[in-house]
Amino acid sequence: MTRRKPETLLPTATPICFIAADGSLAARSADEVPPVAELLKAMRGLVEARRFNKLASALVRQGRLAVYPSTHGQEACQVAAVQVLDADDWLFPTYRDTTAVVARGVDPAEALTLLKGDWHTGYDPHQYKVAPQATPLGTQLTHAAGVAYAAVLRHEPTVVMALCGDGATSEGEFHAALNFAAVFRAPVVFLVQNNGYAISVPLSRQTAAPSLAYKGIGYGVPGAIVDGNDVAALLHVLGEAVRQARAGGGPQLVEALTYRMEAHTNADDATRYRDAAEVKAWEPRDPLLRLETYLRATGALTDEIMAGFVADAEAIARRTRAELNRDVTPDPTDLFQHVFDTPTPQLAAEQRMLLDELARDAEGA
Amino acid sequence: MAAVPASEARPLVTVARALNRALHDALAEDPSVLVFGEDVGVNGGVFRITDGLTREFGEQRCFDTPLNEAGIVGFAVGLAMNGMRPVIEMQFDAFAYSAFEQIVSHVAKMGNRTRGQVRLPMVIRIPYAGGIGGVEHHCDSSEAYYAHTPGLYVVTPSNPADAYALLRDAIRSPDPVIFMEPKKLYWAKGEASFGEVLPGIGKAVVRREGTDATLIAYGSSVPIALEAAEAAAEDGRSLQVIDLRSLVPLDDETLYAAVRATGRAVVVAEASGFASVASEIAARISENCFHTLLAPVRRVTGFDIPYPPPKLEHFQLPSVDRVLDAVDDLQWDES
Repeated sequence: MTRRKPETLLPTATPICFIAADGSLAARSADEVPPVAELLKAMRGLVEARRFNKLASALVRQGRLAVYPSTHGQEACQVAAVQVLDADDWLFPTYRDTTAVVARGVDPAEALTLLKGDWHTGYDPHQYKVAPQATPLGTQLTHAAGVAYAAVLRHEPTVVMALCGDGATSEGEFHAALNFAAVFRAPVVFLVQNNGYAISVPLSRQTAAPSLAYKGIGYGVPGAIVDGNDVAALLHVLGEAVRQARAGGGPQLVEALTYRMEAHTNADDATRYRDAAEVKAWEPRDPLLRLETYLRATGALTDEIMAGFVADAEAIARRTRAELNRDVTPDPTDLFQHVFDTPTPQLAAEQRMLLDELARDAEGA
Repeated sequence: MAAVPASEARPLVTVARALNRALHDALAEDPSVLVFGEDVGVNGGVFRITDGLTREFGEQRCFDTPLNEAGIVGFAVGLAMNGMRPVIEMQFDAFAYSAFEQIVSHVAKMGNRTRGQVRLPMVIRIPYAGGIGGVEHHCDSSEAYYAHTPGLYVVTPSNPADAYALLRDAIRSPDPVIFMEPKKLYWAKGEASFGEVLPGIGKAVVRREGTDATLIAYGSSVPIALEAAEAAAEDGRSLQVIDLRSLVPLDDETLYAAVRATGRAVVVAEASGFASVASEIAARISENCFHTLLAPVRRVTGFDIPYPPPKLEHFQLPSVDRVLDAVDDLQWDES
């Protein structure tokens, strides 16, 4: 295997940014910025993701969802990670990536099955090429490498987009996944959404590295650091990473600097570990506002187009709410039917026992 | 069971050779089968189970990986998600612990959490148990961890014929199989006709007929149980020997039928006894065969101690004497 020159693996000194926080052009020229059609598609995605976060948080308060880890503030990463993929590519999301799962085309109600508590995974991973949302940290990253390597062995052009957060980079699995993917040149783009906190623990307790993107060099993996609230820069950097991976360039590591505007989940109180001033300081860097300002200034985004995006997002929210308000009674036989392809005699007996118990309850009622 | 013509030669082979042949035949038969792990490539595995496979099938079918057990298992999960049938080797029982989260949280649960939409046809081969003079961290009987985890098949052969047949079955399984290989038996020889159809995963077999008591064993304890039955026969006591072969699922039917016929049972296993597979078997027999039991079920297991160093390990391993002592304890005078 040819080894890369170390300097080709290092990230840029500052995060790559095309559109500044105030919506002005930060790229060297407008030519660097992805085409307007791509940006308008991303704008629609951002509006839908923001609306979805709002809806899901409300559904938690109404008791319709058990819990919801919001991506409010991180929508640019969610939208861009999916927008750069082809239909046959795979997405490996974590529990905080429900908006990416929905952006990939998974039915919102299916996507929320886990958080609603009806079942663990509500969608068919093969249908959407979206792995089950990972709750343990980093463990899905080695799976992503395996899925990608299977495609290599069959000479298929599949690329895998593997998501994780800053906290997960401390897990052994992050190390194993980058190492395996690099050694086997598996086409995986590892996107680390660095939102500054692992629940309450700040990045300074996760690493002493100059930045998370620097972790790539130790594996022979190119690392890039990008403004995670700039969807234009994300589309460019992730798009380039996907192209490199697809062309046989092996895995790519992208660190996106972003911020979780809400608490870890509804069960978390973020005021215990971060100042209101810090949160406030991130408000002007909002990914939606930024792209909207830029696109309006270029004339590409009109009130009419924006109204259309908002109306569509509202329609999705309405449908999702209606679906979530429908009471589904989970089937208890599901508990035994899928442990193995064919239930063992012991599981069949346990199922009979539960059904018998239910029948007796029904008689007694 | 397919009849084997008496004229057909049944060569004596070792368990190691039978496992190697099973991997070879699976690789030849199914292009989605992949074999990988640490030192399994050009070195052929530290126990030589993968000997010659890279040479014959190439680096893409049998290969070495970075040294990271969690990585090996996680990589296999992804490959299995995407159409492959990985057969991976954990070099030693205790080395597999770093992959425990992958095995318990992903390998075991993927089919269930996706309502059967993602099945993981993969085999994790684990050389286990002691009796080979291994230093610490090389001799653990770790089967209970896996057997306790819903979603994993757990099998363990005790002879070359089963080693071949069970590994072929495991590789064909739509669900993950923990394939526990008793290290002590790697070099044990036996007859094996590689085309023979044997009882599959989930089936125990009666290794020796007997009428007075039933010895229940698996893996490296099977030869001990058979030896004990031979010794007891010389004293006029007829002991039946059951080889479980499959710990998950357990063949309750064969087990209960056997114990109900003799009325007495001793479970023999090398693992520490507390919260063990042996304990589960004893409990099931007590629950299901109580009215035919003539004595409480006895267990002959390892002590509840960390696996001893080589010069002390013989104290830990079930012995013929311990088995016979347990049999003697089965309230013969009172029946």
